[in-house]
Amino acid sequence: MLQSILSGDLPRSRVLSVALIAILIALALGPFLFPGTRAFATLGMICVFIIVVAAYDLMLGYTHIVSFAHTMFFGIGAYGVALGIGHFGSGFGAIFIGILGALLLSAALALLLGLLSLRVKAIFFALVTLAVAFAFLSVVTQMYHITGGEDGLRVRVPRELGPAFRPLDSVTGFDLFGFLGVLFTQPWNLVDGFRDAFFTVRFTGRTLMYYALFLFAGVIFLFLLRLVNSPFGRVLQAIRENEFRAQALGYRTVLYRTAVVILSALLTTFAGALFALFNRYVNPENTLNFELMIFILLMCVLGGMGTLYGAIIGAVVFVVAQNYLQDVLGALSEAVNVGGFVGSLIEPSHWLLWFGLLFVASVYFFPSGIVGQLRIWARRREVQQAVAERQAESSARERLT
Amino acid sequence: MSQANPSVGPWALWRDRLLKLQSDKPHLVLLGLMLFLAFLAMDPATWFVLTISGMAMGTMLFLMASGMTLTFGLMSVLNLAHGAFISLGAFVGAVMLTGALGVYTVSPSLGWNLLAILPALFAAMAVAGVVGWLFEVIVIKPVYGDHLKQILVTVGGSIVLIQLIEVTWGANEIPVPRPGALRGAFVIEDWVPLIGGLVMEKFRMVALLLGLTVYGLMLWVIDRTRLGILVRAGVENREMVEIQGYRIGLLFLGVFIAGSALAGLGGAMWGMYREIITAHMGEELMISVIVIIILGGLGSIRGCFYGALLVGLINLYIGYIEPRLAAVATVGLMVGVLMWRPQGLIPVIKV
Repeated sequence: MLQSILSGDLPRSRVLSVALIAILIALALGPFLFPGTRAFATLGMICVFIIVVAAYDLMLGYTHIVSFAHTMFFGIGAYGVALGIGHFGSGFGAIFIGILGALLLSAALALLLGLLSLRVKAIFFALVTLAVAFAFLSVVTQMYHITGGEDGLRVRVPRELGPAFRPLDSVTGFDLFGFLGVLFTQPWNLVDGFRDAFFTVRFTGRTLMYYALFLFAGVIFLFLLRLVNSPFGRVLQAIRENEFRAQALGYRTVLYRTAVVILSALLTTFAGALFALFNRYVNPENTLNFELMIFILLMCVLGGMGTLYGAIIGAVVFVVAQNYLQDVLGALSEAVNVGGFVGSLIEPSHWLLWFGLLFVASVYFFPSGIVGQLRIWARRREVQQAVAERQAESSARERLT
Repeated sequence: MSQANPSVGPWALWRDRLLKLQSDKPHLVLLGLMLFLAFLAMDPATWFVLTISGMAMGTMLFLMASGMTLTFGLMSVLNLAHGAFISLGAFVGAVMLTGALGVYTVSPSLGWNLLAILPALFAAMAVAGVVGWLFEVIVIKPVYGDHLKQILVTVGGSIVLIQLIEVTWGANEIPVPRPGALRGAFVIEDWVPLIGGLVMEKFRMVALLLGLTVYGLMLWVIDRTRLGILVRAGVENREMVEIQGYRIGLLFLGVFIAGSALAGLGGAMWGMYREIITAHMGEELMISVIVIIILGGLGSIRGCFYGALLVGLINLYIGYIEPRLAAVATVGLMVGVLMWRPQGLIPVIKV
């Protein structure tokens, strides 16, 4: 059962399995475990980025195509929905039209990029996509009468997905971190802490939207898992390892590469559309920025290229770090309280500095990312166990004879 | 060819010549075509001003792009952190101009100005060069020969460098004073035919001169010196140079440092040109730099120069006709050239 859901690609590491189960539970019960709008937004962004990063990993990790135009497709999806709703009113039909239009545009652009990559070598492709994405960003910023320019667009979602819609009243949630905090800091107040941890969840249309997002993220992830473990995925990995050889074996690698670029673009466009519906506000900074592209790259590499589970781990680690590392650094700089250069190094606004260092170090020391490294360790332990067992066996046999 | 087929008329001869020209000297054809089309689209006086300004912008971009193209050509290292060195140079230059040498900067006399400008440009080059040296040794050396890792590591390194710039000089925009003697513009006398009465910004002329000087120097080094021969040989066939007993690693390090220093110089000039700088300016300029090195053909100094001119010119021409399309036109130019000649205008290496 589990084998067929995960397409035979199990986590293959006990630590990883535990982490994945914990993430699954946290995302599934998220609105009931973590109170506050910030935690809610964090959960939603994790789901969005799981789709985006998994789609990116299909290109980067499985086929070794480095593209910097991923945010372009994300933005097309987000703006597609925003413009659809803007033109046809806030209904599901408008959303559908918006997504459809965005998907068509993405497919056309991805096909063009894919064809361009026919003409140029792999290393050029990264540079070309970078330039094209920048041109797209500049177009969106300049055409303010359509896209709202720097100010962006507000997405008036249908009432069923908005905060005014209340399908359920007074659902109770349990503040997990609040309770854990009490448990570790003042265990003598455990009973009070337990009672205080319960809170009322505002179950609104936004919560519904979150669950739709969660559902789509799950389905798309499983689909991608199925894809990379299919014969199609094997060919992609063959292209990654040695394109020339894959060609020599008779595979039309250009066809496969173009297909991957288009598929990845379509999934990312869809993620962008979901993001627009969840965030209800779209601007160049949160959808098209080059910084966002770098974030996607960081998530993909940190989680582990070529392992789809890495997309989940990377997205969770990065989004949580993005939202909460600043708090940690803030607390640290208050506690240390040194001025000058060293002081400003640990200022909360410079969290990216530390993340950048972590990223460079991880490329050097853990090139296979968190998931890859966990799998390597798990494999090593297995081998050691097998060796130990065999030794024990043979020594027992010696004792018998 | 015309001898082989005597029946062809003068038109076919000209067509043959044109075809030969576009395959032999694509950069000149493209440049000429662009100048001509722009000349048709606007009145001569505007065209002249825009052309000179575009070339000035192009030469500044050339300073920034030349290092990156050589780095790639020589060691096939793709350094996406090049933009950070541009920012770094701009900030160092700005600090020199406003800080200790501020008195000289505001003075209206060119002599005093030079006392500020030359040390500022020199400091920008020195700091960018030294940081480039450290960057090469610490960040890039471990990932030679692996393009994917180079992209990842230099992107990460770029984040770190830009954050360090923000830590040192703050995250806000910094105004850069343009030296007193370089403010304002020349007015060309009325009696000059055609272009009389035109106004040329002084700083652009200086930038153009500096850019052309650096280009000339680089051509001299590349074409006429022993160092240049080694660099060219290294671009063409690295292993062969190594076999001859030259330490290509050291050579590459030198090129990398020089490239970073030139990026710093370009950044400092750009800061004075724009009169306002941010830590992220290098990232924005990287797009132009990338388009330039793709246009020119990776690894080619001449191609880089013509690519920079083309990008500078198209930016100003299109910016004059329809400002909103400037970035699209730049990228469109690149895509068009790639379709026409995927290896770039003046290719030197087989990627």
